[in-house]
Amino acid sequence: MSTATVTETGTDKTQNEKPLGGRFVAGAANYIDERTSISGFVKELGRKIFPDHWSFMLGEIAMWAFVVVLLSGTFLTFFFQASMTETHYNGAYIPLRGVEMSAALESTLRISFDIRGGLLVRQIHHWAALVFVAGIGVHMLRIFFTGAFRKPRELNWVIGFIMFILAMAEGFTGYSLPDDLLSGNGLRIIDGMVKGIPLIGTWTSFLLFGGEFPGSLIVGRLYTLHILLLPAILVALLVVHLMLMIINKHTQFAGPGRTNSNVVGYPMMPIYMTKMGGFLFITFGVIVLIASLFTINPIWNYGPYDPSPVSAGTQPDWYIGFADGGLRLAPSNWDIVFLDRTWSFGILVPLAVIGLFIVAVLIYPFLEAWITGDKREHHIAQRPRNAATRTAIGAAGVTFYAVLWAAASSDIIATHFHLTMEGVIHTLQALLIVGPVIAYFVTKRMCLALQKKDREIALHGYESGRIVRLPGGEYIEVHQPVDEYERVKLVENETMAPLVVRPNDKGRIPWHENLRASLSRWFFEDRLTPLSQGEIEAALAHQHHSLDHIADEEALELQGAHERAGVPDAPLHPIDDGHNTETANRPSNIIVSDDPTTKKPTKGD
Amino acid sequence: MAHEEDALEHERASWKPSPGLAVAVPDPVQNPGLPPHRARMTDKDPAAMTRAVRTVYTLFYLSLAGSIWATAAYMLFPIESGRIVDIRNNNLFIGLGIGLALLALGLGAIHWSKAVMSDKEFIEPRHATRGRDATREGAVQAFRDANEESGFGRRTAIRGSLIAAVAASILPGITLFRGLAPHSDKSTEEGALAGDPVALLKQTMWKEGERLAHDPSGEPIRAADVTLGSAVHVIPESLAELGHSEGYLEEKAKAIVLLMRLLPEDLPAEYNNLDWAYDGIVAYSKVCTHVGCPVALYEQQTHHLLCPCHQSQFDVSRSAAVIFGPAARPLPQLPITVDAEGYLVAKSDFTEPVGPSFWERH
Repeated sequence: MSTATVTETGTDKTQNEKPLGGRFVAGAANYIDERTSISGFVKELGRKIFPDHWSFMLGEIAMWAFVVVLLSGTFLTFFFQASMTETHYNGAYIPLRGVEMSAALESTLRISFDIRGGLLVRQIHHWAALVFVAGIGVHMLRIFFTGAFRKPRELNWVIGFIMFILAMAEGFTGYSLPDDLLSGNGLRIIDGMVKGIPLIGTWTSFLLFGGEFPGSLIVGRLYTLHILLLPAILVALLVVHLMLMIINKHTQFAGPGRTNSNVVGYPMMPIYMTKMGGFLFITFGVIVLIASLFTINPIWNYGPYDPSPVSAGTQPDWYIGFADGGLRLAPSNWDIVFLDRTWSFGILVPLAVIGLFIVAVLIYPFLEAWITGDKREHHIAQRPRNAATRTAIGAAGVTFYAVLWAAASSDIIATHFHLTMEGVIHTLQALLIVGPVIAYFVTKRMCLALQKKDREIALHGYESGRIVRLPGGEYIEVHQPVDEYERVKLVENETMAPLVVRPNDKGRIPWHENLRASLSRWFFEDRLTPLSQGEIEAALAHQHHSLDHIADEEALELQGAHERAGVPDAPLHPIDDGHNTETANRPSNIIVSDDPTTKKPTKGD
Repeated sequence: MAHEEDALEHERASWKPSPGLAVAVPDPVQNPGLPPHRARMTDKDPAAMTRAVRTVYTLFYLSLAGSIWATAAYMLFPIESGRIVDIRNNNLFIGLGIGLALLALGLGAIHWSKAVMSDKEFIEPRHATRGRDATREGAVQAFRDANEESGFGRRTAIRGSLIAAVAASILPGITLFRGLAPHSDKSTEEGALAGDPVALLKQTMWKEGERLAHDPSGEPIRAADVTLGSAVHVIPESLAELGHSEGYLEEKAKAIVLLMRLLPEDLPAEYNNLDWAYDGIVAYSKVCTHVGCPVALYEQQTHHLLCPCHQSQFDVSRSAAVIFGPAARPLPQLPITVDAEGYLVAKSDFTEPVGPSFWERH
């Protein structure tokens, strides 16, 4: 084909048809493409397929809340003064008039009381920050429990987890900016923790605050971190996170037609563009609604920072709670003087425990990959029950976090439920250790039981709710075979077996292989052998047979009744009172074909 | 799912990734393929489609109304009076308008995509993430050529010195951050301390003869005015002379004290240094020895002090020993007596650093 022909057909087309979107759009698109070759990009991504599931939207909550945080935060920077210079408040809020306070608090009060809609934007910013961290949290739980961190997505797990830590850092630096009583006390706690770090603690605190606590520099320094350094890193990581998601393609749940080597779903344009755009506005709208209805961080009630007063029952923002709770659970008098230096174990132990927890979550994908030795790519999001040990570990981790989190409210728990402070703390200390163990075993057993239930349904069908009395007087409940499309969601086609260690070339078994073997035993000892197609077909044949048998028995019974009544020619089916097809337990999403039992399931049907 | 039917692993000729401990069943359950497409109400019934379309544009118009309302509310609800009710209304009505605008827009778009747009599912194949063998070979070749031409691997003297130089170039950047906190100025007594955090942490502004004053009024406290069972929040009298730029908050953060008067029999000599008390009046640092919160809550019946931040409890009748909670050690005691006019004064500074533990504390 010569170039001339191509040009000719091109010209023919433009003469015959109006370009898509009109001449202006076509012209603009051409202008941009000739300078950016963006058409290749649009062609590649425009109709890219994404799988659909409600849980895939959790990460989106975090992303859109981040957008809200950026937008509202930018507005706030136009008014906020990140300075601790002393000034006298003379704004609109009468109770604080004449009070000496820092420019930071003064400008925050001005945003709240002297700028129309300023309070709204401040509250949007704070609520959106809470939603942002919460969104990351639930998104991470979804990834963890479905095994979506497995190869090739381990790095994206790490990137996402770093974003979680950065989001908490953003939250804490932001919380400290207004320089009110609460944020000052929060900083004082951080200062106390930093000072407890061996070797570098004292100097780190000294450099951080530019001298002694509180100094007059910390707000300005945290502001730079809050609006420049941390957001820049977050945005960069978010871009990498999303690029990796596009490169790896999104995981999907197993189902009819959905395999490890395809993606089934809807195209980016127009479906996901509309859905995601719509979801941005819904997230934004919900946050604005919360901000217009519920007060958050009423700094005007707290007043300027002063090292002396404090109010009882104050709580940190929710995501810092687990760290604060960790501090509260340490036993008394844990300072030790060793080598002529002070070792502040009352602070170090909670810090180490929380640090280890964070590191364990961060490296979990690599641990599991090492134990399984599985180097294949996984694009199917597992059902949590099918990875019983992982789900149990996750439940233990969630319980551990939850106990630390509850400990941050130990005083509120004690006062609200009329319990002793000591009782609450001792209970939580015990739960911190026992709770995860209980959660682990309960969850593991529940997962295995759910697997067995799935197997039961796949083999023998679901309970139809129809009770039949057989001629012998026996009552049975008829089980209806499950639809083949539904069945494929219930079965898992592979499982892991514990490692059997063998000596290497030198005839030795290295210690790490022994460790791996015992870990793999821990992971995979209790497991169900996957169902095979043969077993399913045998069960189906049997089921078909017994359903026929029940039908025959029924027919016989009816015929007998008819004959006894003297109407042997009456129809054999039971009188239709409108309830015969009602099956209480039939899953609503089952497609009832004309005769599900005769259709043989074949691949690619 | 079934890795037997999995095209991914066979896509790259030289790539046969290990399944590790995975065991596949020899006769796996077969995937029936995509179920037949189910038509939605809007596909089957033109009236339903009309209704859905109407819902979508009604929501979009509602959003428009919300935006107009929010803009109007900005003008209709001024806050310049400074009254709380006006600020609340301004916040509420602008917020409700914006909330409506955004929610209606979002819901409209989602309804459009779910009910009106085609819901045909597409299947797209996945490809192995790993590059094709030729691509990888090309990448390796690029490095090989670059290495050959630059001699990076061969010329170890250049490589070693380069790595050392680049590493060293970070040092000045780190050094600069020493400037985050002040340096010492040996020419004055105060200046000599400025750059030494350990020395600063080990002293407060309490000194012999410094009067104890009420926090925040600064009125000196007469011993006779301290009633039994009361707890008084105390600052040094000369703190009031300090301006905010002269270290007022920094000194206050270390010097705050809680003063309590107990019955003399509630201060048993075996647990208390009675030389540091005056007639049942004792003074303890108010800075928690855990992480530094103010230990502000006193229960006069039990003589317990409670820190509201992390619930450490201290027993005042036993030299403020820790009886519960994460605090590391008793609150430091301020030795006090009275001066000639009957005012409470400090006998000296604290004899140990106040506040949370730090590395060089001992």
